[in-house]
Amino acid sequence: MGRKLRFRHGVHPPELKDLTASVPIRRMPFPTEIVLPLSQHTGKPSRAIVRPGDWVERGDKVGEADGFISVPVHASAAGTVEEVGLWPHPNGFYSPAVRIAVAPFSAQVPRSRIIPDWEGLSREQLVEAVKQAGVVGLGGAAFPTHVKLSPPKDAPIDTILINGAECEPYLTTDHRTMVEYPERMHRGLRIMMRCLGVDRAMIGIEKNKPDAIEAIRATLPHDLDVTVHRLTVKYPQGYEKMLIKAILGREVPSGKLPMHVGVVVHNVASVATIAEVFETGLPLIERIMTVTGNGVRQPSNLIVPVGTKTRDLIDACGGFSDDAREVVFGGPMMGTAVASLDAPVLKGTTGVVVLTDADVKPQKSYPCIRCGHCLDSCPVFLNPQVLGQLALSERYDEMEAHNLADCMLCGCCGYTCPSNIPLPQLFQLAKVALRRQQTAA
Amino acid sequence: MTAPRLLITASPHLSEPDSTPKIMWHVVLSLLPVVGASIYFFGPSAVLVITAATAGALVTEWIFGTRGSLLDGSAMITGILLGLVLPAGIPLWMAFVGGVFGIGFGKLIFGGLGQNIFNPALLGRAFLQAAFPVAMTTWPVIRENWWQLRGDNLALPLMSPKEVDVLTEATPLGLMKFEQTGTDLWRLTLGATGGSLGETAGVLILLCGGYLAIRNYLNWRIPASIFLTVAVFSVLLHLIDAARYPDALFMLFSGGLMLGAVYMATDMVTSPVTNLGCWVFGFGIGFLVVVIRLWGGLAEGVMYAILLMNALVPFINRATQPRAFGAEQPKAKQTT
Repeated sequence: MGRKLRFRHGVHPPELKDLTASVPIRRMPFPTEIVLPLSQHTGKPSRAIVRPGDWVERGDKVGEADGFISVPVHASAAGTVEEVGLWPHPNGFYSPAVRIAVAPFSAQVPRSRIIPDWEGLSREQLVEAVKQAGVVGLGGAAFPTHVKLSPPKDAPIDTILINGAECEPYLTTDHRTMVEYPERMHRGLRIMMRCLGVDRAMIGIEKNKPDAIEAIRATLPHDLDVTVHRLTVKYPQGYEKMLIKAILGREVPSGKLPMHVGVVVHNVASVATIAEVFETGLPLIERIMTVTGNGVRQPSNLIVPVGTKTRDLIDACGGFSDDAREVVFGGPMMGTAVASLDAPVLKGTTGVVVLTDADVKPQKSYPCIRCGHCLDSCPVFLNPQVLGQLALSERYDEMEAHNLADCMLCGCCGYTCPSNIPLPQLFQLAKVALRRQQTAA
Repeated sequence: MTAPRLLITASPHLSEPDSTPKIMWHVVLSLLPVVGASIYFFGPSAVLVITAATAGALVTEWIFGTRGSLLDGSAMITGILLGLVLPAGIPLWMAFVGGVFGIGFGKLIFGGLGQNIFNPALLGRAFLQAAFPVAMTTWPVIRENWWQLRGDNLALPLMSPKEVDVLTEATPLGLMKFEQTGTDLWRLTLGATGGSLGETAGVLILLCGGYLAIRNYLNWRIPASIFLTVAVFSVLLHLIDAARYPDALFMLFSGGLMLGAVYMATDMVTSPVTNLGCWVFGFGIGFLVVVIRLWGGLAEGVMYAILLMNALVPFINRATQPRAFGAEQPKAKQTT
């Protein structure tokens, strides 16, 4: 490969993946209670279809998709529905959730084949089956997968990109999935290619995961046009616009989606999940995730039932260390700190990072000295320096004129700022304020 | 399991180890060899003048600055830099006043760190140049007797300095401009010439600047652009009339160009934020330096060139906004 596969700007945070990079995936035991928020995906929340007292088997639907950009939610363990009400959500709010008391003596044997086998299905039936299985993007954004598998007619897709960059520090979810389940990934890819009617697929993996590249290369299917690409190690390589730029050299227009340049991007874990869904006939009720950081005693890669509460998850990893201080859902660059250990793992939770006192030492903020480091790091070429100043004086309308909408809150500017100005936080606030203004108008 | 008291902070939860004070103190550190060179060439006078200018800057920052701002190191840089661009024989009280003016009117009056338009050290020097033109243009000869003061450093405030029995000489640029005499290139690059305290040791300044550039504490594009512009213009003019216009190496290593390009123009606060802007900024400085030196009334123009371009920085920033990823073409934008 001649051209170096990369995008411009970005940052090089410490990788910190050693804690779990070589730890094999193991299954965690079922907790005693499962909490399934009805809003685990981007789009409209699902509608609860169970009542307190109902008995549900593992894999039964507890929430129905409500609209096109919505997916159902399924019980990840057999038990009795205790409550359908508000519960702490990892995003910091209380949101509607179905709470299930897991039957202590149940063998947790699922009903047989809830999702049909894929071989005999037409394209439309396949997409519908993916939707019914509640599959969403497992890379973090949790966008319903069936929507990405049914692009509009006016946007022809020529390439499927599989995102194995995993550029967030600490996380090794996708890494371990590729190392341990390469065939499953290829099978999922085959199903996706059938769904989209696309002949070409490319898998992008950052160079720092040679064992994953090796495993994926060794199992490449010969009858499909699938290629593996080694990517430069740089954050945010796994952001889909950056990935498309690095591998294909195409630039997704501002405000548009990858499909407008003929590309669909799926995360490694999502692809593997699609294969798993059709393999087992079970909907998406568990996922692979990394629980790591110096604040947890036994950093692990786990298969976790969706809806497991944070405290049970940490217990399964040996508990907190004495200096644990902050629990972050997702990676450290974009993840959210949770306020409650009752917040459950969602379908889109790529990992949980527990930071220690030493990791979260408060830093003094200084005035902006216009060093320009934020401009040099912004992968979408914005001017965080000016945006930051506008945000501090609450001039949100002007921020819009400076392309605030293109900001994806990747955190590069905040990472690199020597004055420790919380730029991504300011931008998120501005985005929320603008959205409020627009809905009010 | 004991649950910790959870802390909630916004992402990113990692940050680069660099901080603003760290950058500032690194600049101070990198200036030490230059200070050393000035002491080597100008003896105790160098220590006194740099200390006086720094004291003026620090005292002003301490009295009028926000609490703790002394620790961020920026006033220290201003003080040392101001000291380095003063002649060795200047009375100490003048150097002190320059420091006070630079920090007070160059920085604090705008709101402190990050708010100023002009480089505070250069503003202090410009003030001194206007107020005390004679003291600011008397250049003692270097290395005649190391222990001897190079002028009436200890003159009382507002008294006219005594005539001290020191030899003075013109700077290489003065020689070139008013007497059409060149200076040996070796002496120029190593610093054994007349001039301000810290501006003479060109090669040393380049090395120190290189250290900062490698650590990304200064934007290398600014000095590169200045050097390139000055070099190209001088080569062209030298080709046209070698007798009237000096060659490029002379232009690069004489006067305050090295110190100005490496340490003054690259002041993060008063230089453009965009990389393209830095090229434009450097080009403007280089061009103005050549124009002032060759056709202006002054022998040296680095200070005014940088101050003038400082004033243009907001416009340069506005004109060189980056093109957002995936945007059709750069939008016309209004900036702060």
